[in-house]
Amino acid sequence: MKPFKSAIAVAVLSAIALTGCSSSDSGDTAGAAIQCTPADGPVTLSFTSWIPGIEDVVDVWNKANPEIQVKVQTGPNGNSGTYQNFFNQLKAGNAPDLGQVEYDALPNFRVQDGLTNIAACQDVADAESTFIPWAWNQVSFGEENAAYGIPQDTGPMALFYRSDLFKKNNIAVPTTWEEFEKAAVEVRKTGSYITNFSQNDVNQFAGLVWQTGDTWFKNDGDKWNVALTGTGSTTVADYWQDLIDRDLVSSFPGWTSEWDNAYNTGKVWSWNSAVWGANSIASGAPDTAGNWSVAPMPQWKKDDNTSGNWGGSSTVVFNGSEHPYEATKFALWLNTSSESLTMLNESANLYPATTAGLDLPSLKEGVEFYGDQKIYDIFAASANQVSSTFVWGPTMTQTYNSVSDGFKAAVTGKGTLTDSLKSAQEATIKELKTQSIPVAE
Amino acid sequence: MNKQATSPSKPNSRRREPALTYSKARGPREQMLPRMGAMLIMAVFAFYFLIPIWWLFVSATKSKGDLTSTNPLWFSEFNFFENVGNVLTYRDGVFLRWIGNSLAYAGGGALIATVLAGMCGYALAKYSFKGRELIFNVILGGVLVPATALALPLFLMFSQVNATNTFWAVFLPSIVSPFGVYLTRIYAGSSVPDELMEAARLDGASEVRTFFSVSVKLMFPALVTVFLFQFVAIWNNFFLPLIMLRDEGNFPVTLGLYTWNSQINQIPELRMYVLVGALLSIIPLIIAFLFLQRFWRSGLGAGSVK
Repeated sequence: MKPFKSAIAVAVLSAIALTGCSSSDSGDTAGAAIQCTPADGPVTLSFTSWIPGIEDVVDVWNKANPEIQVKVQTGPNGNSGTYQNFFNQLKAGNAPDLGQVEYDALPNFRVQDGLTNIAACQDVADAESTFIPWAWNQVSFGEENAAYGIPQDTGPMALFYRSDLFKKNNIAVPTTWEEFEKAAVEVRKTGSYITNFSQNDVNQFAGLVWQTGDTWFKNDGDKWNVALTGTGSTTVADYWQDLIDRDLVSSFPGWTSEWDNAYNTGKVWSWNSAVWGANSIASGAPDTAGNWSVAPMPQWKKDDNTSGNWGGSSTVVFNGSEHPYEATKFALWLNTSSESLTMLNESANLYPATTAGLDLPSLKEGVEFYGDQKIYDIFAASANQVSSTFVWGPTMTQTYNSVSDGFKAAVTGKGTLTDSLKSAQEATIKELKTQSIPVAE
Repeated sequence: MNKQATSPSKPNSRRREPALTYSKARGPREQMLPRMGAMLIMAVFAFYFLIPIWWLFVSATKSKGDLTSTNPLWFSEFNFFENVGNVLTYRDGVFLRWIGNSLAYAGGGALIATVLAGMCGYALAKYSFKGRELIFNVILGGVLVPATALALPLFLMFSQVNATNTFWAVFLPSIVSPFGVYLTRIYAGSSVPDELMEAARLDGASEVRTFFSVSVKLMFPALVTVFLFQFVAIWNNFFLPLIMLRDEGNFPVTLGLYTWNSQINQIPELRMYVLVGALLSIIPLIIAFLFLQRFWRSGLGAGSVK
């Protein structure tokens, strides 16, 4: 009995130690007020980012700015561990000065009081107008005198499609969702699917909702409003549910080999995806090179010009950084200078969040995989059509999981997409309450 | 020839003919069935466990395009060496550095952990002192606490002394092995005779010398087991490095591959590198097992005849 007792004692003690560490302050939505003044001497900043090749870009800055040296730290992409590391570091008081945070994770860092509001820095205020307005909205949360990061890249959406197959079968490339559904019927007659509904890409679904001008969250500065079941969301959900019910779309889980294979063998003909998806298809479906094209997203109303966004990230200054002035100087250079934007685009396919960045020479060229089409012209137009109203919530990891669980069930015939949104809505409200984040009901 | 006599389905022939051989081959035949059954079950499990490795090996020999478009369990165009070359030279050979780091963490950590655990287990088994059982029980409690649960508290502790993101942040926690203490205590208790220690003392050897020159040899099979377990545990420990390390130069190979894998959406070429890298990263483990398993086997055997 004796060893057993001691063993329990040890286990209990460690459990206490653990809970002690994992409690956190939440609900505080106020960013730290800062003094944005230059330091007296040379400064060394730490910057955590998982962008492949970021070291080379930072080297360029370091050579030109001996007074502000930046040290790169790296790790897996945000949701795979780096965000958790940021939270741990914030708790331990050794967070890096700068970090990469995707738009959908910003609210989470904000409610945990992890971000510095850098709007007080004159450089930041001056730079606001160089960014695409909706991208700026993602970091300012639509508030005056607020900037919780510098927009880095965006993922405006469009329709990738197999131009050869559409042409061969005399099916017109759809410009509206109504036409898309009709084309889906035609494509199904050939034995293939017009597109794939990816059960695990909730982000893609959010992009489709984004196109309608709806949003999933609202924050009136005081309380969070959860709106996963708004009109836009339910319209999109019902539309895709109908396609799933009639077996007009396939439902391979995204980013798997069977998914790649479906595109590579021409079993699936199109993909509503973001600008960075251009590379995913090229690598996942190498046998179809030259047969793809890009068209604007299908519209809900004929002759409308709306678009959605899937992905994108920002460079933030973490709470506790002693050098916000220098940090914002670097962040602005990283995300606005054409030198840096070109390098980021070449090494990691980042698509700039500035208006001027859309005209980079490398984004004006034809792309071989797409039959030399100048596909980035389509995305540049799309980037300017994304609505500014979409807001992410502070518990996106949980929300994504809830929605994705429902989607997985829905594609196998259990429940519907709308049901998934409803249950995710309830789960999200519950999660917000658990974390003592104020919710409006 | 009589058709009826040769047909095995006829009851009379079935009863007579085997009866002859039955008495002769009674022993082996009775053991044949269970043996075949055991072999079959083992073959099924071996197949089950080996098929992912087979898939990994086959995939690592393919070009990027063939990976998705050809049979996943059979070869197409053989590109293995080209793939390996690509992985080893990508970003100035960062992969080799990760392998080196893993060897340093796992090899060095396991070695020190084995020495510490061996000394501790030996002391607990062979010396009687006050609080001996208490110490042993606390250590035994340590076996129950998963390493993953300790990662975050360790991070906060290392933060206090500004030692996160260093080699030591991963190395120091790796050199303790509660399980090793447990195992060596049990083993030392049964394999190191008190008389031998007495003899060594009478010959004038100090306690430390007795341990290193006499007892260690007797405990060797257990120490090899501890080393092997700890080596594998450190090699596969992913969570601690994930939380502690930010500098790519300090990453062990598990974390490095994970980082690559999480960037596949941005750089699709990495998918191939992750596959080949995963295959290369299990080679040191296989070598460690093949090299050390003979000690291990003799150890288990020694225990069973006692």
